[in-house]
Amino acid sequence: MDEADTHLIGSRCKRCGTYFFPGNVTFCRNPSCDSDEFDAVPLSREGTIWSYTDAQYKPPEPYVAADPFEPYAIAAVELAKERMIILGQLAKGVTVDDVTTGMQVELQLQTLFTKDGQDYVSWVWQPKR
Amino acid sequence: MSRDVVILGAGMHPWGKWGKNFVEYGVHAARAALKDAGVSWQDIEFVAGGATMRNGYPGYVAGATFSQALGWQGNEIMTCYAACATGSQALAAARAKIQAGQCEVALVVGADTTPKGFLAPQKGERPDDPDWVRFRLGITNPTYFSLYAQRRKDLYGATDEDFATIKVKNAEHGFSNEFARYRKKFTVEEVLASPMVASPLRLFEICATSDGGAAVVVASKEYADRLGSQRQVKIGGISTVSPKFASADVEMPDIATDSAAASNAYSFRASIAQKAYEEAGVGPEEVSLAEVYDLSSAMELDWYEYIGLCPQGDAEKLLRDGDTRIGGRVPVNASGGLACFGEAVPAQALAQVCELTMQLRGEAGDRQVSDAKVGVTGNQGLFGHGSSVVLLR
Repeated sequence: MDEADTHLIGSRCKRCGTYFFPGNVTFCRNPSCDSDEFDAVPLSREGTIWSYTDAQYKPPEPYVAADPFEPYAIAAVELAKERMIILGQLAKGVTVDDVTTGMQVELQLQTLFTKDGQDYVSWVWQPKR
Repeated sequence: MSRDVVILGAGMHPWGKWGKNFVEYGVHAARAALKDAGVSWQDIEFVAGGATMRNGYPGYVAGATFSQALGWQGNEIMTCYAACATGSQALAAARAKIQAGQCEVALVVGADTTPKGFLAPQKGERPDDPDWVRFRLGITNPTYFSLYAQRRKDLYGATDEDFATIKVKNAEHGFSNEFARYRKKFTVEEVLASPMVASPLRLFEICATSDGGAAVVVASKEYADRLGSQRQVKIGGISTVSPKFASADVEMPDIATDSAAASNAYSFRASIAQKAYEEAGVGPEEVSLAEVYDLSSAMELDWYEYIGLCPQGDAEKLLRDGDTRIGGRVPVNASGGLACFGEAVPAQALAQVCELTMQLRGEAGDRQVSDAKVGVTGNQGLFGHGSSVVLLR
């Protein structure tokens, strides 16, 4: 897959325009909208770091950790057009010392773990060069 | 408005990791509250139980479980679960029952037995469950605490020393509290030397999971007066409001906030105490003391602002000026807070109410806040739950 084309797919309400992520929404959650029709839409693949942290200890299941466990960093990223914040890991190798609040990041794909020969892939945030 | 409802008695089982059945903690707390109230169990007309999710069926029907353990006597029962706000929601139900004239005296109980370590989601593959999704992505409870802590550092100049100071303060407060689990004083250096869990938060700054039980006996003012009770504490207001769309808070268990593309953005946590203040007819400037949810040391700073003790961005100054210590202008977490208790989810909001009750009566011993007249609690948990209770002397 071409990295430049990597997007998160969300849902957008056909009536009021509110975005949802994850996109598995059946009824619009905007209290002033009673729509139940949505478009699957690509979300902005760039955003601004709202805050960030890391995980120094192995989380419990269903997290699938590498053995030995490798700490990873996490960012909450604000998308301007959608006016929402989405959480995700920062790309492998990026630590909390490499980022600041307000920094621009972009979406990438990364294999989180491999099980029974299958790669389980997730989105990660990569600081923009 | 409707008639006044008062707290007649409060009781707790000490927090800890005792490894016993949650029912034992609940009944211990209930009996203590009944004794404190001078009310016989058989006079209780309504029991509101806070449910626990990790103790099988008896936990799901806690109101009945506690009633049976105290001895079936024909009282009405209800059980509710509202994550960290469970105790306040149970209290609100008991208050409403009394306000409606359907009963005069009620018992509210919450208790929990917790597992070690992280509060993990239920087993199984459940990709439709946001709680499951976030753990799959490696986003645990401390992740959320730390995102807020880091943001305070970047926006308001909070320091690691500020966060450690809160732990030190609360440890001093809780040192003499017989109900607290951790009664040990710390120095800032000791806190900063504890292992980093989720930057910038360290092990001694993150709330543990505990066993514990708390209970209160509530009654109509008329009932309390007939009983001749001289130690009544009035329930001024209770808030268990939901968030408003679009909620801009980064909240467990969601991996995304609401989109404000077509709506205004609201802060949920800042809205919680507002309704309780309005019901009580008091404002934050009248508050003598507060019990708030220090799930992390840093989160206590956010709460100073959520309950209106200072404007947004000024919490560090409040802390550094010593305003929130016992002896300061408005002591926060005189009980020792979650730093000294750890969290026993369905009991915790009631534990906050128990502490305020003791304080407003002037019965809090070494940790007594002088001339305490107005107390407020603030707490917040998963799935849009939060609560605030205002108590008045």
